[in-house]
Amino acid sequence: MNKILTDKLAPGHATCAGCGIPAIVRTVLGAMDEPVIVSNATGCLEVTTTIYPNTSWKVPYIHSAFGNAAATAAGIDAAQKALEKRGKLKKKAKIVAFGGDGGTYDIGLQALSGALERGHDFLYVCYDNEGYMNTGGQRSGATPYGADTETEPAGDLAFGKTRQRKDLMEIVKAHGISYLAEANVAYLQDLKKKAKKALGTSGPSFLLVLQPCTNLWKFPTSQYVNVGKLATETNFWPLYEIENGNYVINYVPRERKPIEEFLKTQGRFKHLFAEKNKKIIAAIQRTVDDNWKKLQKKVSDI
Amino acid sequence: MEKGAIIKYKKENAPKTGDWKYMKPVVDVSKCIGCGSCIEHCPEAAISLRNRLKEEMEKSSAVGKDRKIAEIDFEYCKGCGVCATICPLKAIIMKK
Repeated sequence: MNKILTDKLAPGHATCAGCGIPAIVRTVLGAMDEPVIVSNATGCLEVTTTIYPNTSWKVPYIHSAFGNAAATAAGIDAAQKALEKRGKLKKKAKIVAFGGDGGTYDIGLQALSGALERGHDFLYVCYDNEGYMNTGGQRSGATPYGADTETEPAGDLAFGKTRQRKDLMEIVKAHGISYLAEANVAYLQDLKKKAKKALGTSGPSFLLVLQPCTNLWKFPTSQYVNVGKLATETNFWPLYEIENGNYVINYVPRERKPIEEFLKTQGRFKHLFAEKNKKIIAAIQRTVDDNWKKLQKKVSDI
Repeated sequence: MEKGAIIKYKKENAPKTGDWKYMKPVVDVSKCIGCGSCIEHCPEAAISLRNRLKEEMEKSSAVGKDRKIAEIDFEYCKGCGVCATICPLKAIIMKK
């Protein structure tokens, strides 16, 4: 095993073969030299790394409930401040909260919103695998339009999810925090740069990281990097950051690939390639292009 | 909180996830130049770089000779094949 990478998260955890979550965790935690305390929402990361009576974490780690990773992080921050005031703590540790999209977009949203609004000094990392993948692929607020999920399956009359995904970046931005960014597990150098920036800002910061799920996006275990790259090259998942309200796009694909190239890699979009669902693909393409245009406008507006 | 409520990482207790694999990644000495592209994307962090052995030197390419080589820890490797897919030189091959 790699000694440097396993400094904070050890191998021997039970994530699916070919899952990118550990790569995200190692990259984010590897971006700092200071001591760190990790708070974690329920989700794939939590159930796979902390199987009783073992743990894969070599850093202090707290998991309390599904929806309150951010609230727990806020508590740690408050405790550190109190201890520092009394002279019992010399140097504060960094606080990083990890949550899946279920624990961030849906269940943990109010805890996240509260912690951001109170201005606690922590970094929240959401690894977005676009559904409740740990429990068998139910739909979440992050599931894209047209995807086949367990609770909104595709069939003769339905084409999968009928609603667009939530724009979490705009929701988080509305809290007026100084740094937030959208990253992708396929571009780990970019993620590392963003994690460094986020940890360097005082006050709350937020990272939204795409994490292709081999098991329930339904693609071979060896493909998470390729699927992630296609998501960015088709503009489905643009890489950008918002620093003090200023938008910066970090990666502009040389030539925007058609969305089909991303969709066809995954079993959850297989039904869209049937003749009767062709218009759904066209609708997805329109949304992707619209969102990209909107993002470009936000960059040029400032 | 009682003392036993805190669980610490112990290396000997970590499950050996190497049992999961049905395909095994094999590093091709003649192709690997030790660029390290595979390392950070490995979900188990099972890949590290090491110096080349003497007998490997003879098989190595001109570029690779002076550089390190990827080594995979089969105790934890789950055999997902990510390293073989992203290797720019196709120096890792999945074998049964």
